Amino acid sequence: MKTVCFLFEIHQPFRLKKYRFYDIGADHYYYDDYANEEILKRNAYQSYIPAAKMLLDMIKSSDYAFKVTLSISGVVMEQFEMYCPEFLDCVRDLIATGCCELACETYSHCLSALKDPEDFKIQTEIQKKNLLDTFGYEAKTFVNTGFIYNDEIGAEIAAMGFKGIITEGAKHVLGWKSPNYVYSAAANQSVGLLFRNQSLSEDIALRFQHGLDASQYMSWIEQAPESEQVYLIAANFDVIGGIHPASTGIFDFFKALPVNAAQRNIRFATPIEIFENIAPVDTAYVGHPISWDGADKDVSAWTGNDLQQEALRAIYSISERLHMSNNEILKQDFAYLLSSDHFKFMSTKMGSYVPFSPYDSSFDAFTNYMNIVSDMQIRLKQEFPEEIENEELNPLLKQIENQGKEIEKLKAKLAKAEAAATKEKKTASRKCAAKAEKPVKEKKTAK
Amino acid sequence: MKALYFSWEFPPHALGGLAPATFGIVRGVHNTGECQIDLVLPNPQGDETQDFCHIISCSQTPVVWKDVDWNYVQQRCGHVMKNPQEYYDLRSQIYADFGYIHTNDLGCIQFSGKYPKNLLEEINNYSIVAGVIARKTLNFGGFDVIHAHDWLTFPAGIHAKQVTGKPLVIHVHATEYDRCRGVVDPNDPVYKIELDGMNHADQIQCVSELTRQIVINFYHQDPKKCVAMYNAVEPMSQDVLNMEAHRGTNEKVITYLGRITAQKGCEFFVEAAAKCLEKAPNARVVMAGNGDLLENMIHLVAQKGLSDRFHFTGFLRGKQVYEMFKVSDVYVMPSVSEPFGISPLEAMQCGVPTIISKQSGCGAILDNCFKFDYWDIDGMADAMYSLITYPTLHKYMQEKGRDEVNQITWEKVGRRVVDAYRTLPGLENA
Repeated sequence: MKTVCFLFEIHQPFRLKKYRFYDIGADHYYYDDYANEEILKRNAYQSYIPAAKMLLDMIKSSDYAFKVTLSISGVVMEQFEMYCPEFLDCVRDLIATGCCELACETYSHCLSALKDPEDFKIQTEIQKKNLLDTFGYEAKTFVNTGFIYNDEIGAEIAAMGFKGIITEGAKHVLGWKSPNYVYSAAANQSVGLLFRNQSLSEDIALRFQHGLDASQYMSWIEQAPESEQVYLIAANFDVIGGIHPASTGIFDFFKALPVNAAQRNIRFATPIEIFENIAPVDTAYVGHPISWDGADKDVSAWTGNDLQQEALRAIYSISERLHMSNNEILKQDFAYLLSSDHFKFMSTKMGSYVPFSPYDSSFDAFTNYMNIVSDMQIRLKQEFPEEIENEELNPLLKQIENQGKEIEKLKAKLAKAEAAATKEKKTASRKCAAKAEKPVKEKKTAK
Repeated sequence: MKALYFSWEFPPHALGGLAPATFGIVRGVHNTGECQIDLVLPNPQGDETQDFCHIISCSQTPVVWKDVDWNYVQQRCGHVMKNPQEYYDLRSQIYADFGYIHTNDLGCIQFSGKYPKNLLEEINNYSIVAGVIARKTLNFGGFDVIHAHDWLTFPAGIHAKQVTGKPLVIHVHATEYDRCRGVVDPNDPVYKIELDGMNHADQIQCVSELTRQIVINFYHQDPKKCVAMYNAVEPMSQDVLNMEAHRGTNEKVITYLGRITAQKGCEFFVEAAAKCLEKAPNARVVMAGNGDLLENMIHLVAQKGLSDRFHFTGFLRGKQVYEMFKVSDVYVMPSVSEPFGISPLEAMQCGVPTIISKQSGCGAILDNCFKFDYWDIDGMADAMYSLITYPTLHKYMQEKGRDEVNQITWEKVGRRVVDAYRTLPGLENA
């Protein structure tokens, strides 16, 4: 029986305001609240909420046969809480059906997997806890930012205890292999690997407007070789109603999917069901990082030019020291600045303007970002003096951290000692008294 | 195909931007191998190259019949006119009695070829002479299209069109609208000449889309006959590239280079640079050029208390321009209205990252530079600061900018010019 797995990615960064060089050191607020609220609400009312309601209808009307998976970044969850909490309720409703899986990603939708394994771990843990706190959901599948994956990243994800990973079915990695199977990660054979079916996904994400109907779509899956069992179809959630507005008929397309699937004996599943029930056919090895971006399916949209490399270097150079700090606001700003979108806005792959970028050009994106990083560096300097190396700082901070315990310990020791001392004194004084009496006696006797 | 070109300047006797642009187009069109050019100039000196075109001098074109000897003509005109027979051919085409005009012993009007006080009179004379030249060129060899560069030659182009019936292409290198910052008196003679030229033209080639829009919206021309024909830049000569930069200090240098006039947006530059200097103690600012607002700018800088780090060089000529680029870290052109603007391209050739205003025509063909509205002082200041503070950005824009500009060549422009001629009726296969 063929299985289709739909996965939708939901993310919006905290877009940065125009931050001029003369703001460095003077202004520590970096976000364009107006744009963030406007964009989030627009997307929520045009796309996210109607699409989530549609998915709920689909699940119920198909008698819980339809399944869906959502990957929601931490930063967009925060924006929903602030500007549009009703969407989070929609997600809760979906989860309550038992037909919706939540995949885990990094909290800030960042590139730490490529640049900073330590931070990658921290951010993933935060997001895992976030999902648990907000939705009471324990995520077992991992989807990295932009589906970025290679064997090293796989090893890190496996070490964090995830059961499966989702990535792009990049042709240059798969070669003659089909993406429509379950594979296992090179780092850990017990961790499953699902590749996105590129053409079926992009038929919806990029080419929907050229005309597509649900029966045709399902018939493509039906006509595929019988042994190809798993079809992972993934896109950004705003494809439904946002990029392809309701007038294109995208909602009707989705609503017709469950019926057409049932007619062709095709079922739906979530990734975790697939990982638990279908054994991998082979191990997939991925050397260079792949992603779902563009035609190249590599990470060049985020790290392709010198400006992006420099910006990444600048922000990750403060990572280690920043994580030593207890300043939560500083840590929060740092996380927001890690969102991969900021680096994508600096891309020059297609000329110096990037679609959906709030900046006029890649250079504006770079200067704005670097000005903010300069301010972050100043704030971090105020936190810890610059002259002290990280290696030195760590034991010093430990010492400060342990100071309380140490003091307690010493206090206890002192109290003990004091108690002992007083006891001794008492006995001593008694003895003394006894002694004092004694000599008297002695004296007396001596006399 | 044969073309009759009218222009006012030609290198090496450049007075402004028209000379290099004319030369570039002439060379580009010639190199397509599809078009021969006769170029009419008011007063060539004889040291102009004739490798790419045949030059006809107005100062050696008779408008009054004089009986002169072959050897005398050879002696007087030989430095420009390779074959004195041309003089007699021209003489045979005199079409009216111009005895009332002051002419010399050859029956020729003497042109200054510059921009004298009696410029309008000289323009008028130029169109009289053009009548003789157009007739002669038509009858001795013939031609297919007239191409008039800049408003000074528009009357000549119109005249040539009227006597020969050939299509007229005019090339708009600048407009009065740019020079007056948008406030044009409709009775202004320059505006009138421009408008007349455009009304008579069969095709209007504008140096940028920005200029094309001005021509459409403020000269009320049919958009169908207006085409954007972007300029290019000559490759840097090897000795300029090898030139050593002499820096006295290791401070960063932000440069403005151009006429210090309202059109160039100089006061916006001063405001932006001042903001940048406040935060960047290791920077200096240079304003090179001359103009009617120079004194005002000096006062403005003094008011801001920045005179010690703000330098005025006066007018730079020839090699000095490149020396200035070589020691610059940032080049800024905040023009309020710039038809094309060649200097950012030259700066980028020298490896200087560039900030230009969105109101500059060249912005449409440049990708690797900062673009702001001319009034966006904060934006410009921010870009200046970033370029002198973040070395990666500087290096990136330096390399990418140079690569980009090296792709903008006159050969490509020549190709496009000829392709544009071919859209005119009757010239498809000429």
